[in-house]
Amino acid sequence: MVQLRLPENSRVKRGKHHPAPAGAGKTKTFRVYRYDPEEPGNPRWDSYDVDVEACGPMVLDVLIHIKNTMDPTLAFRRSCREGVCGSCAMNIGGRNTLACTHGWEEVPGRDISVSPLPHMPVIKDLVPDLTLFYAQYASIQPWLQTETPEPQKEWVQSPEDREKLDGLYECILCACCSTSCPSYWWNQEKYLGPAALLHAYRWLIDSRDEATGERLDELEDPFKLYRCHTIMNCAQVCPKGLNPAKAIAEVKKMLVERVV
Amino acid sequence: MAAYNFIDHKFDVVVVGAGGSGLRAALGCAQAGLKTACISKVFPTRSHTVAAQGGISASLGNMGEDDWRWHMYDTVKGSDWLGDQDAIEYLCRNAPAAVYELEHWGVPFSRNAEGKIYQRAFGGMTRNYGEAPIQRTCAAADRTGHAMLHTMYGQSLAHDTEFFIEYFALDLIMDEGVCRGVTAWKLDDGTMHRFQAQLVILATGGYGRAYFSATSAHTCTGDGGGMALRAGLPLQDMEFVQFHPTGIYGSGCLITEGARGEGGYLTNSEGERFMERYAPSVKDLAPRDMVSRAMTIEIREGRGVGPNKDHIFLHLDHLDPKILAERLPGISESAKVFAGVDVTKEPIPVLPTVHYNMGGIPTNFFSEVVTRDGDNPDKVVPGLMAVGEAACVSVHGANRLGSNSLIDLVVFGRSAALRAADTIKAGEKQPELKDHMTDGHLARFDRFRNANGGTPTAALRLEMQKAMQDDAAVFREGHTLESGVKRLQAVHDKRPDISVSDRGLIWNTDLMETLEFDNLIGQAAVTVNGAVNRTESRGAHAREDFADRNDAEWMKHTLAWFDDATGKVRIDYRPVHNFTMTNDIAYIPPKARVY
Repeated sequence: MVQLRLPENSRVKRGKHHPAPAGAGKTKTFRVYRYDPEEPGNPRWDSYDVDVEACGPMVLDVLIHIKNTMDPTLAFRRSCREGVCGSCAMNIGGRNTLACTHGWEEVPGRDISVSPLPHMPVIKDLVPDLTLFYAQYASIQPWLQTETPEPQKEWVQSPEDREKLDGLYECILCACCSTSCPSYWWNQEKYLGPAALLHAYRWLIDSRDEATGERLDELEDPFKLYRCHTIMNCAQVCPKGLNPAKAIAEVKKMLVERVV
Repeated sequence: MAAYNFIDHKFDVVVVGAGGSGLRAALGCAQAGLKTACISKVFPTRSHTVAAQGGISASLGNMGEDDWRWHMYDTVKGSDWLGDQDAIEYLCRNAPAAVYELEHWGVPFSRNAEGKIYQRAFGGMTRNYGEAPIQRTCAAADRTGHAMLHTMYGQSLAHDTEFFIEYFALDLIMDEGVCRGVTAWKLDDGTMHRFQAQLVILATGGYGRAYFSATSAHTCTGDGGGMALRAGLPLQDMEFVQFHPTGIYGSGCLITEGARGEGGYLTNSEGERFMERYAPSVKDLAPRDMVSRAMTIEIREGRGVGPNKDHIFLHLDHLDPKILAERLPGISESAKVFAGVDVTKEPIPVLPTVHYNMGGIPTNFFSEVVTRDGDNPDKVVPGLMAVGEAACVSVHGANRLGSNSLIDLVVFGRSAALRAADTIKAGEKQPELKDHMTDGHLARFDRFRNANGGTPTAALRLEMQKAMQDDAAVFREGHTLESGVKRLQAVHDKRPDISVSDRGLIWNTDLMETLEFDNLIGQAAVTVNGAVNRTESRGAHAREDFADRNDAEWMKHTLAWFDDATGKVRIDYRPVHNFTMTNDIAYIPPKARVY
């Protein structure tokens, strides 16, 4: 039977309201997804009236402000706070992005919702389980494979060949793209998803790599690669401005080209 | 106390940390046939190596003649002669091979017209023993650390390293002065783990977050240094904290020195390129300690920019936008996001910002941890190694040169693995662990988990960070440092009053931040105590009341022990190695450090 609602124990209930402290300046309400695996009960939306004059401009600044001054129990990943480590990927105002480079003023709407990356198991609060995502990345064998004996010095690569890696190697594995992809939501156990496929292309197109045939064999599969239906959410949300959909299209092209 | 049961693991080698040095060490150990675990509190590609921008130094000579001896000379001079020259020789000689290895693993280095690895100019890097700036820093645009870290993680997937990801290491398992392993807390299910090993390699990074403003990631809490102090081991040269000249004003995010390597320059409120006055020969490419001091003086003398005259401008707007897009795309983006600046049109507002710890766990160039034992200043601590920013080899001495840290990671990560292969045998029987070795680990964990005092961790941490920021800054003075010692003692004394709100075991970040704070406070204390004790100016340690370097008295490494119960610091010394590793180069005697 088709299930039109989330199961009873997955429905997100209304949670606690944390008012702004006395003497707060301008406030803004953040609705934050909370789930504690060690407590009984459903996930909930806690709301926090944040004194935004007392914290920095980014959503991560707001979350840290909440944790430091309003509610130390809130759990989220964060590290570099400058958009290179990929830890703080989450769904903000309905869109996957990095909390550290996304200004809260850019988020439309009266209240701002913050929830974990969608369609992944939640460990706690804003911390999703990315085990599958990492396994898919590992499955494309993200290392240089060569048969020619290594030179004494570096492999020679022309600036033009090196340029082909631009727009690919910058990926930070934040998982914003894969978890925004409806095809990945539906078939994530079989479809590799945009991030892993972008990396697959990064090694396919590297002039130094000599495993092109084997790499393409691995990808030639109705699910691993061909579940991409060019929905383009991946390119829409990538916080680094990359275009995984284009990389996937290039892989498909390589597969066509090797048979014609 | 709640009952905690350990899940036991046995390995030949356990590496703690999965940044550049940890991954390199783990890879090497696995390649040598040792059963190797790598445990990390973050997924490997989230380690702070990812944020390194400008590049990795090695005398490849791709952009003109170069020589590892010139690199060595620059590193010794950059260190203000506090670096150990045998270790510096080891670093510079092995640097080119280490970079070629990274390239063979697939690092997407930028290329010169011949298709070789592109190299750029960096501060303090010169040709022919100080003659003129040289292009020695190998770059992958301005994302070199990111490119390296992702490539090294990929490479380790091709080998047999077993990763334990999002495990937070608690303490070293010590047995009569021998390290037998490490305990850790698994975040996603709350279980406790005991990793037994013949060898533990600490690769836990720096402790930049002891300060209020740092380029360092939130996770840079020096957990290995904290563990070493609790194990009764000293840390070395902790008073030497590097301020990077160009942190973005406000956010503290890093703008690479490579920006100046590509032709960028600093100006004050009068539009003057003031570095010409401070370092006439290399100007904006002077080492970081000198540029940070020059900027601080300009601001102090009223020539800062902005409404409060409290920062400096970094200009890239004269550079070809094509070059900016090709070689500095990452910082162009950072400047836009964090300062609202279009680098092709406007200068970036910058300020010296805490960036790197020259100090750390003392080691020899085999990466073995050493300590002072009576008259022996080089006693090896059996079963323990340290690499990367967590360690103090010491190759950076009193001031690290830009791009020497990435090369440090891979050269000494490799040296640790080679030494491991030489000194231990795969599968060797290990003595049984006893409960008394880990009882203290659990007691500490449980105490913080149930801490119900009146001061939230964040408040106490802020108090520590403000004290460090105010009192252990670019310029230091006896009375400010004394104030720092007192303020940190006060923070330490409030530790029993700490409050943790989350009592859970799964992803309890309130507790994790508390354990991290506890790692930081000991290191903060040894930093200010070391600084108050060292009555000279050398490298990044600039005392206004002792403005000169004093080789007669202070050509020695500080060793500092921390008494966790009282918060008191005990200081002793190790001699600086006044010899090289081989006869291929003579000891470089100290002289005045001018550029």
